[in-house]
Amino acid sequence: MSRRNLILIGVLLLVACALPFLVSNYRTFQFTLVLVYAIALLGLNILTGYNGQISLGHGAFYAIGAYTAAILMDKFGFPYWATLPVAGVVCLVVGFLFGLPALRLEGLYLALATFALGVSMPQLLKYHHLEKWTGGVQGIVITKPDAPFDLPLNPDQWLYYFTLTVMILMFFFAWNLLRGRIGRALIAIRDQHVAAEAMGVNNSIYKSLTFGVSALYTGVAGALGAIAVQFVAPDSFNIFLSITFLVGVVIGGLASIPGAIYGAIFIQFIPNIADELSKAAPWAIFGIFLIGFVYAMPFGINGAIRMLLARFGRKAQNSGADSTVTESSIKTKEASS
Amino acid sequence: MKHVLAPIAALLALCLASPLALAQKKYDPGASDKEIKIGNINPYSGPASAYGTIGKSISAYFKKVNAEGGINGRMVNFISYDDGYSPPKTVEMARKLVEQDEVLLLFQPLGTPPNSAIHKYMNSKKVPQLFVATGATKWNDPKNFPWTMGWQPNYQTEGAIYAQHIIKTKPNAKIAILYQNDDYGKDYLEGFKRGLGKRTNMIVKEVSYEVTDPTVDSQMVQLQASGADVFFNITTPKFAAQAIRRAFDSGWKPVHYLNSVSASVGSVLKPAGFDKSVGLISTQYLKDPTDVAWASDPAVLEWIAFMAKYFPEGDKTDASNFYGWAVAKTLEQVLKQAGNTLTRENVMKQAASLKDFVLAAALPGIKINTSPTDFAPFESVQLISFDGKQWNRFGEVMGK
Amino acid sequence: MDAFLQQVFAGLATGGIYASVALALVMIYQATHHLNFAQGEMAMFSTYLAWSMINAGFGYWTAFLLTVILSFVLGVIIERVIIRPVENAPVLSVVVVFIGLLVILNSITGWIFSYTIKTFPSPFPTAPLLGNKFVSSHQIGAIGITLVVLLLLFAFFRFTPLGLAMRAAAQNPVSAKLVGIRVGWMLALGWGLAAAIGSVAGMMVAPIVFLDPNMMGGILLYAFAAALVGGVDSPGGAVFGGFLVGVLENVLGAFVIGNELKLAVALVLIIGVLVVKPSGFFGKVHVSRV
Repeated sequence: MSRRNLILIGVLLLVACALPFLVSNYRTFQFTLVLVYAIALLGLNILTGYNGQISLGHGAFYAIGAYTAAILMDKFGFPYWATLPVAGVVCLVVGFLFGLPALRLEGLYLALATFALGVSMPQLLKYHHLEKWTGGVQGIVITKPDAPFDLPLNPDQWLYYFTLTVMILMFFFAWNLLRGRIGRALIAIRDQHVAAEAMGVNNSIYKSLTFGVSALYTGVAGALGAIAVQFVAPDSFNIFLSITFLVGVVIGGLASIPGAIYGAIFIQFIPNIADELSKAAPWAIFGIFLIGFVYAMPFGINGAIRMLLARFGRKAQNSGADSTVTESSIKTKEASS
Repeated sequence: MKHVLAPIAALLALCLASPLALAQKKYDPGASDKEIKIGNINPYSGPASAYGTIGKSISAYFKKVNAEGGINGRMVNFISYDDGYSPPKTVEMARKLVEQDEVLLLFQPLGTPPNSAIHKYMNSKKVPQLFVATGATKWNDPKNFPWTMGWQPNYQTEGAIYAQHIIKTKPNAKIAILYQNDDYGKDYLEGFKRGLGKRTNMIVKEVSYEVTDPTVDSQMVQLQASGADVFFNITTPKFAAQAIRRAFDSGWKPVHYLNSVSASVGSVLKPAGFDKSVGLISTQYLKDPTDVAWASDPAVLEWIAFMAKYFPEGDKTDASNFYGWAVAKTLEQVLKQAGNTLTRENVMKQAASLKDFVLAAALPGIKINTSPTDFAPFESVQLISFDGKQWNRFGEVMGK
Repeated sequence: MDAFLQQVFAGLATGGIYASVALALVMIYQATHHLNFAQGEMAMFSTYLAWSMINAGFGYWTAFLLTVILSFVLGVIIERVIIRPVENAPVLSVVVVFIGLLVILNSITGWIFSYTIKTFPSPFPTAPLLGNKFVSSHQIGAIGITLVVLLLLFAFFRFTPLGLAMRAAAQNPVSAKLVGIRVGWMLALGWGLAAAIGSVAGMMVAPIVFLDPNMMGGILLYAFAAALVGGVDSPGGAVFGGFLVGVLENVLGAFVIGNELKLAVALVLIIGVLVVKPSGFFGKVHVSRV
């Protein structure tokens, strides 16, 4: 990674760390949600952006992670931080198991399968035989943790830093994963899967594992989200959540790690802006924003930024992790490799 | 001597009274000499956006209040945010209203999951979560949640009333139930079963549906096939109309109990067909402005005039708009009673001291009653039956 | 047995609804190779237009015809104005545009017409056909109209030069341009036809489920599944898929798994079918060159 990018990231980290002391608790809470969504979107991006498998059902993995955390904290007294790895593993397994039969499906048909998952999740969570665990339609209420070791932070600030740490770790792992052999294998499968198979990339294992890892990320985000909001209920994890995630990933920028952050900012704040612009039909305003963003930036915010940078003649990044599917980026990749 | 004493006494009284009068003005965040800030959260977008009209009608009502001088001379600043019926968004908006906009109280947040999500927060922040727009039973818990209060009669009580009516009038009935698979439907179901007590074996079939189902035809077929002769219909307006029509069209004539959420003449019975709705039994606590029985009632006429002047784009056949108007009037009363002591504590105190408060929008004989141990303003309902033209009240006012 | 038959017929009746919307979805897929998520809302909006006309005093069939024409024009306009600018964007970006269109239409309709349900008239008699107690005349009529539309579509694509041109434009735009087909207008035509078919579907559905802005949400879900299980490039498959999904859902809910999980199970079964037959029952198997 170039020195310029390292400095940029360093500055961003400094700003991120200082944030809770610069803004009110309410804003800290909002930014915590942005971080949570960023992790969720990164999960979806790994699957859809880098591996080309569309998912209209990632809200389901978010729900599974959220409920895992809530049930562990509420019924088994787990400490909040211990719920994250469990949520991650549960979602890894579920995602992998889902990915296996989904291997045979492509494009629209895979979209339907994941759509089915997203649509059925609320029903499953409300199922009365599972009510003892899930709390049924009433949901589960959990408590936000206090800062440990008597640090002078209130729960909002502590949770923000906790989430930030988790996010940095997970983003680092993803970046590492995607810029190496595995990342190239994923992209190869996305672009030319027959050729990839011919070159020795085991499509089935990679595709299912990718599903699993993608679900893991979104599941951990779900657990963090549940802790931040302190409440889980079945109907808040409906198909709109899955669609919102897809929208976030596309608007942020497919196959890009910063895209997850841009997308998270979009899905967190644009509905609020739409609400302020019109009380009569805020959803219509949101829809106009969606269409407008796609017009202006068909390759997502990340794609637009990269095109701007390229237009001003800066050298494109060398790492394989930023492989947005644009003609210009292919050219610049060839130029820099 | 007397004519000097009187003015001196008056002057003395004035001197003593004025510092007291000045000291009587107490404000919490959100209240001042000029305005009262009221926060609200409603679903203006998303799958529940049909209920967003409640927030709009309340906003229109406070516009009217302001046009007529405000409450005790203070203008109402009604701030309402959209949560899309999504609990994480509700939490965010509640925090925005309390921490950023610094409202005096949160009024009529809508929906059971959204309100459950902010229940603990509002109480820990000691900000009133007043007259919540849900019929769940858990809002009447002043001991553990002294800052939360419901408003409408809760669903469980209503369900129990139907159950008891069946036991009294048709003790050998075979009951079929259709319910929406969410907190609203399950709450009614639980109350109904509780009301049946040991006789829950009277239920021969209970079947659920999701809001995303296009029709409930399949469910109605199942219920009819069970051979039941009593039908408890726990559905929201669209599905209620479908169920009423389907029951009639397929020749099934059970004793049909319809939940009060879908008892509106204009928005449910008319589309279903008046001829198909004859004999329906329900309960009510508010007047139905679309019911010809109340066509010349002063409260309904006042509401119609209000809608025409302040909310002309609102749907006059939508019972939600009448509900919003009625609950806004209740808050107006509470704030009026609070006088110049506009603290959050006093607002809750005034809300908890409504004694036999008569709301013109309510049915005759049904009053609002609250006390420090009773946080359920409306607890009584009246059984009503539809004769093909209008709802007719029968029996006595039930509940508390 | 009687109960079973009742459920099957009820399933065929709702299946007819899914079939008609699935037909519109397949239509637009055949013309543009995109699956339009906003199809349901467009159909709903068209139905509201028809409702307004009928309310203003127009006769049923006049309003019907006018709505179909108006919807056709609206479809063309939407394609030219909203979809054309993102023609070359990645597939998922276009999907986001569809989603934007969906929420805009839903929200605006609710704002203009409010959310109380409205009755929509049916052109068919109220008395059930031959006095049967399984399906109403309207439901039979609606299925009939769907089948007529299906036949017309089939004939259009198979036997007319225009239909051939549209299929060519969708499958291979570059080659189509080379042979002189105005690809842009073919796409617009496809959208127009899909919108028109959708409006017919909406007007057939509304009398059954009542007209409200959220009328099509659940239906689109099932129609999507129906279109895919039947094969997304086969109009006949879409109709078959619609009936299959309708009956499956009803039978599962009534006799197998209960209503609480019927949606989940129905979808699992459909995915099972797709895993075995990845292009659906009647879809063309695509073999792509490497």
